[in-house]
Amino acid sequence: MPVSKAGTLFIVEHMNNERIRELKVEHITKRFPGVLASDDISLTVGEHEILALVGENGAGKTTLMNIIMGLYQPDEGHIYINGEEVNFKSPNDAFAYGIGMVHQQYMLVPNMTVLENITLGMKESWRTTKIDTAMVRTRIAEISRKYSLHVDPDAFVWQLSVGEQQRVELVKTLCLGAKFLILDEPTSALTPQETDELIRLLDNMSRELSIIFISHKLNEVKALSHKVSILRHGRVVFNGSTKDYSPKEIAALMTGHEVETTENTESPCEGAPALTIKNLCVRSDRGFLALDDFNLEVRQGEIVGLAGVSGNGQRELAEAINGLRKVESGSISFFGEEISNKTPHEVIGLGMGYIPEERNTEGIVPSMSIKENLILKDSEASRFSKAHILKEKEIEDYAQAARKDFDIRSPHINIAAGSLSGGNIQKVILAREISRNPKFLVCVYPIRGLDMGAAEFIHRQLLDLRKKGVGILLISEELEEIMNLSDRIAVIFKGRTQKVLMRDEANSSRLGILMAGVKEDE
Amino acid sequence: MDFIVNTLTLTVRFSAALLMASMGEMFNQKAGIFNLGCEGIMSMGAFLGMLIPFSIGGASAVPWYVNILGLLAATVCGALLGLLFGIIVITFRAPQGIAGIGMQMFGVGLAGTFFRSYIGGTQSITGINATAIPGLSRIPIIGEVFFTHNPVVYFAYLMVPVAWYVIYKTPWGLKVRAVGTHPRAADSLGINVTKVRYQSLAVGGAMAGFAGAFLTLCQAKMFNAGIINGRGFIAVALVYFGKWHPVKIFLGAVLFTFAQVFQTQIQIFVPQFQYYEFLTMLPYILVIVVLAFNRESNKLGPAALGKSFNREMRV
Repeated sequence: MPVSKAGTLFIVEHMNNERIRELKVEHITKRFPGVLASDDISLTVGEHEILALVGENGAGKTTLMNIIMGLYQPDEGHIYINGEEVNFKSPNDAFAYGIGMVHQQYMLVPNMTVLENITLGMKESWRTTKIDTAMVRTRIAEISRKYSLHVDPDAFVWQLSVGEQQRVELVKTLCLGAKFLILDEPTSALTPQETDELIRLLDNMSRELSIIFISHKLNEVKALSHKVSILRHGRVVFNGSTKDYSPKEIAALMTGHEVETTENTESPCEGAPALTIKNLCVRSDRGFLALDDFNLEVRQGEIVGLAGVSGNGQRELAEAINGLRKVESGSISFFGEEISNKTPHEVIGLGMGYIPEERNTEGIVPSMSIKENLILKDSEASRFSKAHILKEKEIEDYAQAARKDFDIRSPHINIAAGSLSGGNIQKVILAREISRNPKFLVCVYPIRGLDMGAAEFIHRQLLDLRKKGVGILLISEELEEIMNLSDRIAVIFKGRTQKVLMRDEANSSRLGILMAGVKEDE
Repeated sequence: MDFIVNTLTLTVRFSAALLMASMGEMFNQKAGIFNLGCEGIMSMGAFLGMLIPFSIGGASAVPWYVNILGLLAATVCGALLGLLFGIIVITFRAPQGIAGIGMQMFGVGLAGTFFRSYIGGTQSITGINATAIPGLSRIPIIGEVFFTHNPVVYFAYLMVPVAWYVIYKTPWGLKVRAVGTHPRAADSLGINVTKVRYQSLAVGGAMAGFAGAFLTLCQAKMFNAGIINGRGFIAVALVYFGKWHPVKIFLGAVLFTFAQVFQTQIQIFVPQFQYYEFLTMLPYILVIVVLAFNRESNKLGPAALGKSFNREMRV
């Protein structure tokens, strides 16, 4: 890689003049202990082409991309650029050819600034005893201007919203000279507006770049890509031109069966109030008011969807309701009883169910077995223990039944819950919460990162629960999920209820505008 | 007056070893490695720092470069022990806390054994003597407090801005911070996480070894098996105390040493005070109290501290 002098304009194209006319992977196979992650995969992407790579979780999309980036070494197969075989030992090699990737979990160091994060990859700005920050700044400014991607180089990453972090990721990848972009589920954490903006941006970028775009949101695949490849269980099961297929057809190819969306079609209920939140103020970890005079009511047998960009107080709301966070002022009334600042144990005792945001760290104890996780909330109940000794047989039977009813896919119930896939972990949590016959359920991002099959299952369970008269607070940023399931939809912005709509009043653009903080009466 | 001047002078002098060791530990922890073996590395450093001048000159004065040679040997040995620790916790991914305790016992034990077989009993050396800086040392009070130390003390203090610069201003420091906070991100940018962690362990170990040799060559001027006396552990605690920031760690080291010196000075100046056990406890209580009130801040700390990195480990 050429090294520039300090302060001189260093234009991305100079790094490697050769364009990527074609990237081809052939017969890639990668095995992990016990898993065949990629099974004889072959793909081709041409210049200025956008390939959508779709498939359910665990289908091997990310593994394949990590192989292209040189993060994993394939067990078999070859990669060709412009017909010439390449052998990437590290991401540095991929960068040198102009291939860059935005990972699904952002690869940004939170306690560093944007500038430092970009410097980390821009090795040409490294001097022996100092960093050529002027050069990095110039490069950031250039990229920002060229692609109209505004970032503040001096902001710390932890201060940025998810959307901003993604912009930083894009700028970073472009600063490193990428002409071929790999985007792993880039829209999974964005608002509808941000998503539209990103799609427009990528569409523009495809005039200069080639893109592989991983997603399982099929409307995006449809809107953006030229070609689509579908992966299932590590194999390519379909290759085609996007325009020839409808999202429904792609979904069927992806899951291997027809997919129906689960929808709440019943008329809004008139049940008695289950959860009434008035003037609630709660502080975030950083000390500011995350909920500031928040109001909301959920009735029995009703699903209220709380839409909003994550980070607007949703986490704090769920924690305050469940006794996990201190309430500064205001009230949370649960079937007439005040539950603010009660302990989680007391709140659970009153019949509250909770599906937390972080399923791996808050929802389960990963090192404990499925069986043990299923009785976590009831280990002291007479059903599962006697004189403080666990009733093994009861627990075993109960767990077997839960595994069957909730379709938890695991060899047996004694394996560590943390070793399951995201969808199955969520089913374990759901099984635990629903089997306890809760009077109410707080559900936070229940299908985040899950594939269509698992999402469909979970949604059906929630609707069944609603039918039984249970009130559900559904916190989500997936508008489709909210609109399909909710009876009423509340929009949260900066810790306040922005607006509450009936299901038939809501559409994604209206919600999107409310989520962005625009008041309708203004 | 004597009490105050003595206390401050000794604080400045005795802070040096702790300062050096905790700066070293900071490099380890910034890169995500928790090295409880600091005490053991310091022990070996202390022993080697003594061995070289003693085997050349015994208790009598030796040329200055022999003492420097002792310091150098201790530094190199520290770096090697740091790398050994790396083999255990980076390559073999042993749990760091347990491996650190092992390293501590290994270092202390090895130094004690070598000491018994090569030197035998307690022996003094001349070591590196304090030199008053002409002119500056004549300033009343300040002169004695700050300008009557041996050159190694100044070198140790110099390490604070140097460590700060290295961590925050150089590409290597950037890499160290990245692999200690988000190793996957570093890896995705083509940074060799394993290599950077080894390097930081070598640097941290070298500084611990140097700190050990400072104790024998400049402070105690003798060696015994218990010479480190928990300073390695205090160094580890100081890194938490200072929240991984070199300047705050420096302040912590000075504060702790001050408490230490203060209590010994009370024992000297106020011999009628009988409950000296309470005085001895003072510095340690101070550390516990400050750590207890030190609120965790995960924004600043190396988030991956204590976790081994495995690229193909799917989470």
